[in-house]
Amino acid sequence: MINEHLIPSIGVITDIRRDTPDVKTFRVLGLDGKKPFEHKPGQCAMLSVPGVGEAMFSITSSPTNEEFMEFSIKKCGCLTEVLHSLEVGQQVTVRGPYGKNFPVEGEFKGKDLLFIAGGIGLAPLRSVINYVRHYRKNYGKVVIVYGARSMDDLVDINEIKTEWMNEPDFNVYLTIDRPQEGWDGHVGFVPAYVKELGLDPTMTAVLCGPPIMIKFTLQGLLELGFDKSRVYTTLELRMKCGIGKCGRCNVGDKFVCKDGPVFRMDELDELPDEY
Amino acid sequence: MIKVDRTKADGMYAAISEKMPLFIPVKSAGEVNYAPWEKGADVSLDTLKTVKSAKDFFFPQSETMMRFKAEGKKIEIIDDRKEVAPFVIFGVRGCDYRSFDILDKVFLQEPVDTYYKERRDAAVIVTMACAKPEESCFCSVFGIDSADPKGDVTCYADDKYLYFKSNTDKGAKLMEIIGAFGTEGGEKEVEAQKKNTREIMEKLPFTHLDLSVFKPENLNKLFASEEWASLSEACLGCGTCTFVCPTCQCFDIRDFKTNDGVIRFRCWDSCMYSDFTQMAAANSRTTQLQRYRQRFMHKLVYYPSQYGGTYSCVGCGRCVNKCPQRLNIVKVIKRLGDKEND
Repeated sequence: MINEHLIPSIGVITDIRRDTPDVKTFRVLGLDGKKPFEHKPGQCAMLSVPGVGEAMFSITSSPTNEEFMEFSIKKCGCLTEVLHSLEVGQQVTVRGPYGKNFPVEGEFKGKDLLFIAGGIGLAPLRSVINYVRHYRKNYGKVVIVYGARSMDDLVDINEIKTEWMNEPDFNVYLTIDRPQEGWDGHVGFVPAYVKELGLDPTMTAVLCGPPIMIKFTLQGLLELGFDKSRVYTTLELRMKCGIGKCGRCNVGDKFVCKDGPVFRMDELDELPDEY
Repeated sequence: MIKVDRTKADGMYAAISEKMPLFIPVKSAGEVNYAPWEKGADVSLDTLKTVKSAKDFFFPQSETMMRFKAEGKKIEIIDDRKEVAPFVIFGVRGCDYRSFDILDKVFLQEPVDTYYKERRDAAVIVTMACAKPEESCFCSVFGIDSADPKGDVTCYADDKYLYFKSNTDKGAKLMEIIGAFGTEGGEKEVEAQKKNTREIMEKLPFTHLDLSVFKPENLNKLFASEEWASLSEACLGCGTCTFVCPTCQCFDIRDFKTNDGVIRFRCWDSCMYSDFTQMAAANSRTTQLQRYRQRFMHKLVYYPSQYGGTYSCVGCGRCVNKCPQRLNIVKVIKRLGDKEND
């Protein structure tokens, strides 16, 4: 067999966790019981169910997790619908890693970090956050602002409450869109909450969530004095190959699959507004 | 240089195809396209442009990439590609020959596309010099000399003779077969023809298109041009331009369920189609203006920015001839060149 990038390997689903009504987290291992491959925080992988299709997903687990790879996946299309119907033990296909990672060994080092996520947007950030926890002394203080439609839509709230909230120099702020019985935390949209919190604009920020949340949150950050060259986000476009050849995930002369998905806001300013 | 009387051409094709498959422009059902040579084939070497370009040989319209078999929760991945045997493509014009370089940059950059590479390595390419370029031709804009293309062997033709010149080791091997059908000579005739062809090229209407505005530093300015609205207004989104284009290389990968497992295949796709960028919850290009702009920005700005300044157009003029709405890259180059060049 010729070593061909587009031919995936077999992945076995060894655990499925229901996080929210429409998000499940899948643990995937190779046939040898090990992680399918090594990756860096923010990178992605192509998962497929043969006969249904293949799509790009961000890798939710941290590279420092030596046992397994995890993907938090929202049910929103043909493939994710089928993925959500699968059972433990089912084989899928997996290939990767793809894309540029967050600069955890570069610009992030020694910095105070602000992570802002909305809904399933926490999936790619969880990889970075847990990486930062693992190499805690390499980074400054960490602030996390995470919002979802309701308390039931906060992805893997268990880890957030039992681990992140107990981490030294970690401040976690949660919010939900509308008041709900049993919720005594903050209520309101992420962009407004970010402004209310009056965050320190010297922090390096990472934004991930629905486009509308990113747009308004960025506005808020700029008002607080954040600089675009220290604000990162990830883009998501339709992909088929993952290696810059199929021609559909470009924004201007950049391919999201290989030049992204991680972009700095000042880099995005240089590109046409078509994403 | 070997000179072969055209009356002996069929014998020569037969001799080549005995050694390896020979693909050559053949007239069938009123259209000329590459087809395997066989006895009695209506070979049309003098046709300037096959309807479909030569990209099919390396990047076929559709191909099986792999198969899957599932049993219970288990999956088996089957890659049963066979080694590609050497084959000859005869009659590739200078424009189509340049398109191979453009495709190479995409498919052979790391990670290498092995489906493409296997076929590319197996091909022996006989290019065909143009003697009578036509009105829709503008290859010279992209620095292509259609009078003297390269390839493994170059073939020049006049009414009576075919002249062959070898350019590579692969070509020299093929010349061993060709040599048996001709005699040495023809340099003078070929030189005269080159001169004549270049003179014709110089007078063609699109030969002096100005590309100077199309450079990476103008990306945002060109993207924001108000001209796209009127340029794209008549576009039907039929995708004909992308299918006849020798450099369009966008593809789709899809699964097809059969009674004997799943086939994952790759096929040509088109940025002109509304579902090209459709995701479950969003679409980055929802209007035909955006899709039209993408195609030309890719060819004239994005591709050159990604691959060292080379334009992803070879001036073959197929889109000029085939667009049902008479839209084409020449109009885009002219309009944006005029409006955005100050």
